[in-house]
Amino acid sequence: MAKLILNRLSKAFETGGRPAVNDVSLTVRDGGFLALLGPSGCGKTTVLRMIAGFEQPTDGSILLGDRVLADAGEMVAPEHRNMAMVFQSYALWPHMSVADNVGYPLKVRGVIGERRRKKIQEALASVRLEAYADRRPADLSGGQRQRVALARCLVTEPDVVLLDEPLANLDRHLRQEMEETFREFHTRSGATMIYVTHDQAEAMALATDVAVMSEGRLLQVASPQEIYARPEGRLVGGLVGQGAILRWPAASVDDRLLDWEALQQLLNNAHAADYADILVRPQDIEISADGMPATVTSVLFEGERYALKLALGDEQTLRAFSRLPVKVGDAVSIVIRSAWRL
Amino acid sequence: MFRSQNRGNSQPRWLFSFVVVVIFFLSVLPLGRLAMTGISSAFQGGARELLSDPAVWQAVYDTLTTSLLGMVAAVILGGGFALLLTLFDVRGKTALGFLFMLPTMIPPQVTALAWIGMTGPSSALLKAIGMAPPLGSPQPLYSIGGIALLYGVQNAPLVFLSLRAGLLALPRDGVEAARLSGASSWQVLKDIILPLSLPGFVAGAAIAFVSCVGNFGIPAILGIPASIYTLPTLIYTKFAAFGPGTFADVSLLSGLIAILSVIGLTVEERVLRGRDYRVIGLSGQVAMFRLGNWRLVGELILWLAIVITLVMPLTALIASSLAPAYGVPLTSATVTLDAYREVLFKQAITRTAFFNSVTLSLATAIGLLVVTVLTGYYLVRSKSRLAPVLSALAEIPYALPGIVLAVALILVFAAPIPIIGVSIYGTIWIILIAYFSSFFAVSLKPVVSAFRQLDPSLEEAARLSGAGFGRRLIDIVVPLVAPAAGASVILVFLIACNELTVSAILWSAGTQTLGVAIYNLDDSGSFNLAAALSVLVVIMVIAMMLVLELMAKRLPKGVVPWRS
Repeated sequence: MAKLILNRLSKAFETGGRPAVNDVSLTVRDGGFLALLGPSGCGKTTVLRMIAGFEQPTDGSILLGDRVLADAGEMVAPEHRNMAMVFQSYALWPHMSVADNVGYPLKVRGVIGERRRKKIQEALASVRLEAYADRRPADLSGGQRQRVALARCLVTEPDVVLLDEPLANLDRHLRQEMEETFREFHTRSGATMIYVTHDQAEAMALATDVAVMSEGRLLQVASPQEIYARPEGRLVGGLVGQGAILRWPAASVDDRLLDWEALQQLLNNAHAADYADILVRPQDIEISADGMPATVTSVLFEGERYALKLALGDEQTLRAFSRLPVKVGDAVSIVIRSAWRL
Repeated sequence: MFRSQNRGNSQPRWLFSFVVVVIFFLSVLPLGRLAMTGISSAFQGGARELLSDPAVWQAVYDTLTTSLLGMVAAVILGGGFALLLTLFDVRGKTALGFLFMLPTMIPPQVTALAWIGMTGPSSALLKAIGMAPPLGSPQPLYSIGGIALLYGVQNAPLVFLSLRAGLLALPRDGVEAARLSGASSWQVLKDIILPLSLPGFVAGAAIAFVSCVGNFGIPAILGIPASIYTLPTLIYTKFAAFGPGTFADVSLLSGLIAILSVIGLTVEERVLRGRDYRVIGLSGQVAMFRLGNWRLVGELILWLAIVITLVMPLTALIASSLAPAYGVPLTSATVTLDAYREVLFKQAITRTAFFNSVTLSLATAIGLLVVTVLTGYYLVRSKSRLAPVLSALAEIPYALPGIVLAVALILVFAAPIPIIGVSIYGTIWIILIAYFSSFFAVSLKPVVSAFRQLDPSLEEAARLSGAGFGRRLIDIVVPLVAPAAGASVILVFLIACNELTVSAILWSAGTQTLGVAIYNLDDSGSFNLAAALSVLVVIMVIAMMLVLELMAKRLPKGVVPWRS
């Protein structure tokens, strides 16, 4: 196996408009688990389909190790890439049994008889579906279908496993269970995995690396911890975590991580031209007597706490949590414990 | 390392060339040849001679009057049926719909024979119940009115289908909103439903008109004895009296038919294009009106229509087939199965016809399926801008009346085929090619609808599993479109078996089809034999329609033509 390299990859469709994917360069290390995160229409699925070979790049290239999979001139057909994919619709063949679905890649590769049967058995066992081998996909629940699709990916030891929003059609409870299955699958198989999602929590929980995309461009690639702690730019900052973005006279400082003392200092010797965006996460806001004034504009009881929306004096809004009940319209005093200059 | 330059497309490169070649030979070549012959003979002055022939203008006039009257009859019958059956709470809708659709699948010459058997002085049925008019009185159906009436019966299902499709798409919430605004049932019908279903009416009428213009079986049996000629029967008689100018004449006459058809089809296309109100509101649920005390009356009217247009003619047909000879009264003493024995076992010609029709239809249905699976796959999957053009070209031969295509193929194959130097004119092969061309669209439609419903990711998953094009086709694609492919085979077989127009022009000794055999038996005065053969054909039609009806639940929408 080898690392997967996207080299200045672009894709423009014939219908015109802005390119669906624009100059994306990215390296996925061997055995890595990369989440492609972004709002719908950001081009993440197109990237995935180019890696699979269903779309051809209009510019740039895709390499697996030193083997060129695709560039604007030619490409290796999907059937010769040794990749596997879990589709959003699962794409199980309704006319085949579960075992036949899982074993089809083996059948195509000419693996037959006892060896094939054994491999199917192993793949089904790893997703805990041994008992369902003879069922039809139509007889299975959504989560079970998902696991069959995953077993089909397992069976041939592919170089790269692609997952296209695989949890989008499942309910919340099943999602958590499937996230567990995916993680387990990744550790055991050691395959390079690329996971497309618009759900940042999913991306954070699963991936070893997160790539954030917007409008066809790659904004930032980093580990989930890094992306969360040090997002680059308004778009990534707004997408990851529930933070609010404030205009703050912070452009002059070198340090990007700001505490309350620094924030206050900046506010006091402000020059109007020096404003910058800072990201403030709700858990970093404390309701405390010696802070700045704010007004509660909405309160949502979430069980373990209250989620508040606050308006500052200059009409900027913030999100915060409170353990004590507050009412809409209450005047409170807040302290921002920590903020990140974007 | 294996590389291909396939631009991420799922199809091999040869597929496009294959589709282009198929559509060129089945559609572009024959129709282009017809147009060329027509235009060149028009320039050589052949047109002036032909167009100064009063018989031609009489035929145009008779074609137009019968077709327009037939269209009116079809609109009244089919429209009324569709409104009553779709909007009101009558019982037995499925059975009524199925029975009403039957006449359109029964070959026109059989319909004509059945109605002849029901009326006139020699009717075995009327004689059996003692109501036959005196001998010597004229057969009322041998007239413009008779032809138009039967056109109406034959094509009413087309209007029914078109209107029903529109009515089923009516937004139910629109009707409910009108009700809440205070409109009475009658006002809802008048102000909401009828205006919205007008396109369905007009489109249905236009298709019915085109179908009337191209009809050969009915005017051949009802018109020729009374010296009434429509354009298709005029072409037929021109071929029968073959002369040096025949090719030029018939190509111009088929050109006339093609022009009339294109006018009708354009109207249909225009009207249906404006029908985008369907996207508004919840559709698919039928707006239902309660008939209350009138329900029984409504049901009686519907069943009466079925009895008159279907049950009585078929009973008359059976009665005629059981009588020993045309004109002999049918009683318990005279009833005989001789006619069936004769057509099934004794007459070599009818046996040949059975064999020819069944082999031709099977070969067409199965041969076409291979072609249409590949073509349909290309048309649905290709992102090429050529795909819609190719799709339209594939539709044309079936949209045009069969006689136009038959003439076109004669023009192509009258001379020996270049290079190999073999002539297929007068052999069974020319009929087979004509069937391929004619029924290409019939075979293609179910397959294309099935491909449209197929989630592309099913095939993409197979690609990533390592399956190449052929492998995917056999393992994944074909099994998944199998029900639609089965329906396509049955439909083509059904329509090809019933067909008369194409083979009436293309047959020669030894290559007659069932349609030709029925027509010839009637033409030579063996009415009871023609009736017996017709009864067998009707039984075959009903059996196959029932098979399709049973399959209908597993098929994509729109595959079975009489269900919407």
